Amino acid sequence: MFNFRKIALAVGVAAAGLSLHATAADVTGAGSSFVYPVLSKWSATFAEKTGNHVNYQSIGSGGGIAQIKADTVDFGASDKPLDAEELAKFGLGQFPSVIGGIVPAYNIDGVDSGKLVLDGKVLAGIFLGSITHWNDAAIARLNPGVKLPDAKITVVHRSDGSGTSFNFTNYLSKVSPEWKTKVGEGTAVRWPAGIGGKGNEGVAAYVKQVKNSIGYVEYAYALKNNIGYALMDNAAGKTVKPGNASFQAAAATADWAHAQDFNLIMTNAPGADAWPITATTWVIMVKQPKNAANSKVVLDFFKWSLENGQAQAQELDYVALPAALVKQIEAYWQAQFKH
Amino acid sequence: MPTAIAIETICRRNAADALHDKLFRGVLRVCALLVLAALLGAALSTLWGGREVLFGDGWHFLTSAQWNPVENRYGAWAPIYGTLVTSCIAILIAVPLSFGIALFLTEIAPLWLRTPVATAIELLAAIPSIIYGMWGLFVFVPFMANHIDPLLDSSLGRLPLVGALFRGPPLGLGLLTAGIVLAIMIVPFISSVMREVFQTVPARLKESAYALGSTTWEVVWDIILPYTRQAVIGGIFLGLGRALGETMAVTFVLGNAYDFSTSLLMPGTSISSSIANEFNEAVGLHRSALIALGFLLFVVTFVVLLIARWMLRSLKRKEGNA
Repeated sequence: MFNFRKIALAVGVAAAGLSLHATAADVTGAGSSFVYPVLSKWSATFAEKTGNHVNYQSIGSGGGIAQIKADTVDFGASDKPLDAEELAKFGLGQFPSVIGGIVPAYNIDGVDSGKLVLDGKVLAGIFLGSITHWNDAAIARLNPGVKLPDAKITVVHRSDGSGTSFNFTNYLSKVSPEWKTKVGEGTAVRWPAGIGGKGNEGVAAYVKQVKNSIGYVEYAYALKNNIGYALMDNAAGKTVKPGNASFQAAAATADWAHAQDFNLIMTNAPGADAWPITATTWVIMVKQPKNAANSKVVLDFFKWSLENGQAQAQELDYVALPAALVKQIEAYWQAQFKH
Repeated sequence: MPTAIAIETICRRNAADALHDKLFRGVLRVCALLVLAALLGAALSTLWGGREVLFGDGWHFLTSAQWNPVENRYGAWAPIYGTLVTSCIAILIAVPLSFGIALFLTEIAPLWLRTPVATAIELLAAIPSIIYGMWGLFVFVPFMANHIDPLLDSSLGRLPLVGALFRGPPLGLGLLTAGIVLAIMIVPFISSVMREVFQTVPARLKESAYALGSTTWEVVWDIILPYTRQAVIGGIFLGLGRALGETMAVTFVLGNAYDFSTSLLMPGTSISSSIANEFNEAVGLHRSALIALGFLLFVVTFVVLLIARWMLRSLKRKEGNA
C-alpha cells in the first residue's frame, strides 16, 4: 500500500525546498537565441557573485515577446524592437543588451577570407538573384586584382525565422530600393533566390558544402567554422573589416540619443569605421511588475553585465555596448521602471 | 453443510469475477477512447489553429505557391508539392529495393544468414532520423554534388521533356537528395513487412511450381506476389506514411526554399520541414498558416493510412476464403 504519511512528508519537504529556493531569487527570461551564449555566461558569474540565479530559455524572439506580454517571465529578449505603441499597450519598456555583427560568408576556390569586398547594392543584387555569377562586372569593380571565377552564385539564407535575417534584410532594404519593394524586411521573408539552412550553423554548413555559395552568419559562426567572410563598403564609403572595433563603431555612431525606447536598428550606421550589418538584442520588461523584487534582480543583473561583462562578451565574439549608451540605458531604467 | 459453503464461495467468487471483468472492460474502453480523443483533438485543434488561413483566404492557401511572411500571404502549394515529390521518389526507390531484400531473405539466402540480416534491417529502422539528416548533409550531399548531380545534368538533363527534371547546378541539396535519403529510411519498414508476408506463402504452392519446372523468378512473380499482393501494398503504404511525415532528415538535405521548380536537382520545401523551420518565430497569421499546414499533413497521412487499413482488411478476407 502507499504510505500516505511518507508521501505527505516528502511533498512538504519538497515545498519547503522550493520556497527556500525562491527567497534566493530565481528569475527567468526567455527569447532570442542570439544572446543565449553570452547571457548564460553572464548569469553563471552573476550567480557566483550574488547567489541570484538568472534562468534564460532561448525559445526565439517571437516566443520571448509573447511570454513577456503574458507576464509569465521576468524579462523577454528580442532581436527586433517593439514600437512605442506596442510597448505602451502592454506596459513594457526595452533596452539593448549586447552587440553582434552579421557577416557575408562565402566559399569561392582561390579567394581567401577577407579578400572579397562587397557593398550593400551588390549584396542586394546577389540575394535578389539579379547578379548571378561571381565574375559579374559589379563584383569585379569592387575587387580589382581578385581573380573571380565564372561560376554561378548559390545564395544561402536562413530557413527559420530569425533576428539575424531581420537585421540582414533590414540592411538590404535600407541600401536597395529594389529589395525594399520586392522583398522587404522581417524575421522570415520570401527569398527570391537560393537555399535555406536552419540556424547559423545550418547556413555555415551549407556555405562550407556548396562551392561558389554566399550566405550570412553571425561573426562568431564564421570564425568558428573557418568560413571566408567578406569586407563591406559602409555608408561612409569606406571598406571595413568585421570585428570588435567596427561593431562598436556602429553602436557608437548610431543615433541612440534620439531613439525613443531605443527603437533603432543599427544597420547601415553612418560612422566612418562602422560595420554596416551590426545588430543588438533588446531586453523587454514590464514597467509595473507584479513581482518587483524579481524585476530588481533582473535590473541588477543587467547593470552588472553592462558594466562588468565586457571581457566575457568579447570571449564569445560579442561586443559590449559603448559606455555612453550604458549611461543612457541606466537613466532609462531610473525613469521608466518601478523597482 | 460443506457443499453449502462451497456453493456460497463459488457464488461470491462469481460476483467478484463479474465485478473484475466489468472494471477491466471499463479500463480497456477508456484506453481505446483516449486514443480516439487524442486523434480528434489533434485534428480539430490544428483545424481551429489554422482557420484564419484555411477559411479566411478562400482557396488561395491550397492553390498558391507564394509564401510571403512579410506581406502575410500564404500559399501551401510549394510545401505540398515538395512533400509529395520527395515521398514519390522515396517509394520509387524503396519498393524495388525492399522487394529484392525480402525475396533474398525468404527464398535465396542460406538459412544461417537470414536471421542476422533481418535483425540488421530492423535495427536500421531504429536509427533516429536526425542521424540520417546529418549523414545526408555531411556525407551524402557532397557525394551528390561532386558525382551524381553533374552526371545527371550532362546525361539525362540533355533529353527532351524528361530532361527538365534533371537540369540544374550541382548543389547536392534538393528534392532528389531528400527522396533518396527518405528511401533509405523507409526501406527497413517496407522490407520487413514484405519478408513477413512472403514467409506466409505455403511451401506447398511454391514446391508445386518448382516441380512443374518454374524458375525462381517465375515462382516469385506468379506464386508469391499474387498470394501476398495486398499485404505488400499495405507495407508500401506504411512506408509512404512515414516518408510523408518525416521532418528532420528532410530539413537537412532539402534546401528549404519556397521555389517552385520542375527540376529534381533544385531545392524545395516540405510540409513538415516548413513547420520545423519557422514555428519558433512565427506569430499571428504566419503561425496560423503553419498550423494549417499541419492540418493538411494530417489529412494526407490519414487518407494514406485509411487506404492501407482497407487493403489489409481485404487481405484478411481473402485469407479467410483460402
